[in-house]
Amino acid sequence: MNIRTLPAALYVLLLYGFIFLPVLVLVLFSFQESRLPVPPFDGPSLAWYRAMLADDRLMDALVNSVLVGVVSSLVAVTLGFLAAYALARHRLPLAGLLRGLLTAPLTISYLIIGMGLLITFNSLGVPKSLWTIGIGHVVINLPLCFAIVYSQMGAQQAHAERAARDLGAREWQVIVLITAPMLWPALFASFFLSLTFSWDEFIIAFLVSRFDVTLPVEIWSMLRSGLNPKTNAIGSFVFVISFLFVLLLDLVVLRKRAA
Amino acid sequence: MSVPAVEFRDVSMRFGDIEALSGVNLTVEEGAYMVLLGPSGGGKTTLLNILGGFLEPSGGRVLIRGEDLTHAPPARRPTTTVFQDYALFPHMNVAGNVAFGLKMRRVPKREQQERVAQALDLVGLAHTAGQRTHALSGGQRQRIALARALVVEPSVLLLDEPLGALDMKLRRQMQHELKIIQQRVGTTFVHVTHDQEEAMAIADTIVVMNQGSIEDLGPPERIYLRPVSRFTADFMGDSNLIEGQVVTQRDAQLTVRSALGEFELPGVAEPGTWVTLAIRPEHLHTDPGDGRLGLGNAQVLECGFYGTHHQCDATLASLPHPIKVRIDQKRLLQPGDVLPLYLDPSDLVVLAR
Repeated sequence: MNIRTLPAALYVLLLYGFIFLPVLVLVLFSFQESRLPVPPFDGPSLAWYRAMLADDRLMDALVNSVLVGVVSSLVAVTLGFLAAYALARHRLPLAGLLRGLLTAPLTISYLIIGMGLLITFNSLGVPKSLWTIGIGHVVINLPLCFAIVYSQMGAQQAHAERAARDLGAREWQVIVLITAPMLWPALFASFFLSLTFSWDEFIIAFLVSRFDVTLPVEIWSMLRSGLNPKTNAIGSFVFVISFLFVLLLDLVVLRKRAA
Repeated sequence: MSVPAVEFRDVSMRFGDIEALSGVNLTVEEGAYMVLLGPSGGGKTTLLNILGGFLEPSGGRVLIRGEDLTHAPPARRPTTTVFQDYALFPHMNVAGNVAFGLKMRRVPKREQQERVAQALDLVGLAHTAGQRTHALSGGQRQRIALARALVVEPSVLLLDEPLGALDMKLRRQMQHELKIIQQRVGTTFVHVTHDQEEAMAIADTIVVMNQGSIEDLGPPERIYLRPVSRFTADFMGDSNLIEGQVVTQRDAQLTVRSALGEFELPGVAEPGTWVTLAIRPEHLHTDPGDGRLGLGNAQVLECGFYGTHHQCDATLASLPHPIKVRIDQKRLLQPGDVLPLYLDPSDLVVLAR
């Protein structure tokens, strides 16, 4: 390393340190032996991970999170794909406006969406449950799924769809046998992005849930009773899961496209 | 008389203000290899899309084997298409691509396998069955597209500029193969191209299309040697076009006066009307031969070498524009050289102006 690249290297080090140091500290103190996640570090110990696994409420919330994440992501991807197919393949009146309205929720803060949903559910008399959280997550993830899938619908699929129709395929067969498989990387990417966002999402889940809650909401209620290494353990756990989603996405989708 | 494979009855197509087809009537006989030929915008692709069901005509009817299918979607037609970009399914292997149409027709699995194998055999690609399509060359993809379309045994196979993406050598080779395959399977082929050499090499019948209507229709030799319109004469290879005026008409024989002299030619036109005389460059000779008519001396402007021949532009004192002449491949000419020209009047074609 020479004198000219030194400032650049320093800068990079600071940048990544700024981003990852908090996470590293969080993970480090999840292995703390004593009751407080503050220096000095006296671990390593897996005691707090054991405590986490023994906590029924936490484990229930974990299962809820997975359930809400998978189901809402599947719904968001399906609806987003169908909307993209319709707008890409058919001439619709006010297509530009429809497209705009579909992607508009991307620009609205989760807090506003959550409040809107809360008011709507209250006035309709819909009880708060995992279902309402799921609906909230479809609302935030559908625009994303639509935008990803729509951007990937090109002339190549259109020509293949035409050939399939020519060979006798009906509309549903075209969609199931040609369009969806050809868009598989985009569908996969939007599913995993949705899953990641749903897994992390707190505000909406907090506003429209009651007895059954997702993991972020459960963590928040734990934090209210003060810090302890168990919250670090669960935080590390959530981080590792999110990281695995992104890694999987990168390996399966992005690698494939590069090939 | 059997039912024709395809009948277009007064088919028209409008895109907004543009009339892409104006009242086209065309019959394609069973087992024919018909080529729709014309410049882009001529309406040939529109006609093919209407036949395939990808476009609904603004007017008229389309009958396939006597059945009115004007408004039937592509999936319900006994037609299949070889597309210009092949449109193979990239997520399936070669056998999967070829089997697709059979699957849609719920053909039993065992029969599917047999027919896929036969179709791949027909195009000489049996060994590629398990390969992915993107691993194949352009010519191979083209053949897979052909096998995929033929395997379902369509009444009519449509080919939309199928050789457009291939290089010249492969193109000529595939023309030959297409013709052989068509003769072997006996299916009616309707093929769209803008390449007149391709059209002449493979067609039983050429349909020349221009500005949404049929200019000329007939076997390649007739279209080339006796074109019926000035457009066809000009579009099909090179032609020298010379203005002339009808002097007399008797028993479908015309006397036409032109800058090259007076000719007795077959044709029907009122005396006094202006016509165009067409003569192919290869029909202008530099020796008197057997009873050819002398046109006088022409002066060479420039020559190009085409392998089988030289083609030269030359000026005749009697004509305002240079004319095109074909010269033997081994004869070298310089600009300024003088050539005596002769023609056989029976090679002249009278065209309505």
